[in-house]
Amino acid sequence: MNETRLAGLKGRTAGTGALRLAAWIALILILAVTLLPIWWVLRVALTTSSLLFSDWSRFLPAGPTLANFARVLGLMGETAAIAAGGSGQTFHFLLAMRNSILFTGMILCGQLAFGALAAYAFARLRFAGRDAVFFLFVTGLMVPGVVTLIPNFVLVHSLGWLNSFQGMAAPYFLMAPFSVFFLRQFMITIPRELEEAAILDGSGRLRILARIILPVSQPAVITLAIVVFFSTWNTFLWPYLVGTTENVRVLTAALVTFQAQTPQGSPDWTGLMAGTALGMIPPIIILLLAGRRVVESLQFSGLR
Amino acid sequence: MSVTVRSQVLQGKRLPRDVPVRKVHRRSADAAAGWLFILASLVGFLGFYALPLVRNLAISFTRWNMLSPAHPVGLGNYARVLHDPLFWNSLKVTVEYVLFNIPLQTVFALFLAVVMARMTRSIVVRGILILPYLIPPVVVGLVWLLMLNPTLGIIDILLRLLGLPRQPFLGSAIQAMPSIAGINNWEYTGFNAILFYAGLQTVPESLYEAASLDGASEWRMFWTISLPLLRPVTAFVVITSIIGSFQVFDTIAVTTMGGPINATRVVVWYIYEQAFRQFSMGYGAAIATVLFIVLAAISLVQFRLFRAGSSELQ
Repeated sequence: MNETRLAGLKGRTAGTGALRLAAWIALILILAVTLLPIWWVLRVALTTSSLLFSDWSRFLPAGPTLANFARVLGLMGETAAIAAGGSGQTFHFLLAMRNSILFTGMILCGQLAFGALAAYAFARLRFAGRDAVFFLFVTGLMVPGVVTLIPNFVLVHSLGWLNSFQGMAAPYFLMAPFSVFFLRQFMITIPRELEEAAILDGSGRLRILARIILPVSQPAVITLAIVVFFSTWNTFLWPYLVGTTENVRVLTAALVTFQAQTPQGSPDWTGLMAGTALGMIPPIIILLLAGRRVVESLQFSGLR
Repeated sequence: MSVTVRSQVLQGKRLPRDVPVRKVHRRSADAAAGWLFILASLVGFLGFYALPLVRNLAISFTRWNMLSPAHPVGLGNYARVLHDPLFWNSLKVTVEYVLFNIPLQTVFALFLAVVMARMTRSIVVRGILILPYLIPPVVVGLVWLLMLNPTLGIIDILLRLLGLPRQPFLGSAIQAMPSIAGINNWEYTGFNAILFYAGLQTVPESLYEAASLDGASEWRMFWTISLPLLRPVTAFVVITSIIGSFQVFDTIAVTTMGGPINATRVVVWYIYEQAFRQFSMGYGAAIATVLFIVLAAISLVQFRLFRAGSSELQ
């Protein structure tokens, strides 16, 4: 028995030696394909504009410089910026960052707070019509965003909320079907016994939610927060349509506007890539700070 | 510990006599609390999901540019959709995109997940693989605008190393759509691989051990163990990516903008052009309704095909 097992394992490892090597090579190749484009953007962003085309195939930037970042951020006078290869267009990165943070922050707070309230009601409280409303919410998961795009724009327009944070956040602030559904599915697995003592003590439901249910639901709440954060931060079309003035324009929309303003025939590549590199900074920082959490949360979000 | 003690107290005889009364009181209090707790969500749902759906339909029956009053045209916009070659072209290129994108992305992701499950649990590897997914799609589009540029991109260097001629990629009507699909593969494959990887973690190791004792090859184990047990995850990944792919927009907005010669004028881009550039809100809304119906039909068929939710494990 033991011998056959050993023989079987031996045969397997010997037979798969070449396979293992091939698999490792494939994995390393895929990691390279993932990282190389990011390096190439940085490479171009750090290159002196006038040297870009003469030295285009070098792996390292030619005449390494931070000038492209400086002129894109508007830290350089206009004449100096144009001399450095710019089109005179600037990209107010910090302002766009602030706007993205406000936009994402509002939606994150709203969706988590109202989502937790609704999820708890659906998971625990008995009331007439509960299951019908929940079913309705779940069908909302199937509604593609593009169908509500035009009417939501018309609504926000008629409320006079164009170019405002409330207009940009409105469709996502009060609820997202996924948030309610996801939290409810988690809360329903919490043993009822945890609440019973508090119920006997006569504590209100809000208190029970805040003191007992939410602390126990922490992993689900964190997962949801990460998912909502990235999907909101990365969203483009809606905030691009609603928030067109610079004081509310989010990062994605600002980058696309910046791109549209650089000359189409011979784009300001070094400047555009400096902007692109800046656009990649937030996710990279978050991944470096909380990579394990992010990876595990996203893994978990698919297993429903 | 204290939890079990509490539940014993609940079932025991030492409960106060007024419990039934309090329970009744509790019930009605719960009902009030229930409606209060879902109030905000309900307003959000009605205001930004349910009513807009109806309103989209209503707008689609009008000719309206948001400046002058809407002019009712009945089913006119839908008749126009049926006879609009640009609409049919947009549907065609969108389907092309989905057909390029989904098989490639799913097979790559499955392969990556199996490789990771067999060889490395490294969080760094998974972190790198997920990075493209965390970068905004418009930024990813800009990254690949550079990568595929015939005079500045790495791809051109690779072609040259292989002795191949320079390719126009995004600038060519034939190559543009496969290029967009390739870009979005770069963005989503790692994320899908992570989802498959998580699914593989739920497969008991003993199944593989038993199979390898029987002399099964890796290839055979993949087809007889991993793939059947991954069915719920596969269903989730494929259904959500197809629905997402039908709405592809961001990448196109920063790379080809529908061109060259309509080659990448996908449905959502066409809706965007009609509604927000031509201000034909009615016509845009009609196309959106048609897309909604197409997507609903596709999800229904897929749901049945995958018998989603059921795994061989249960």
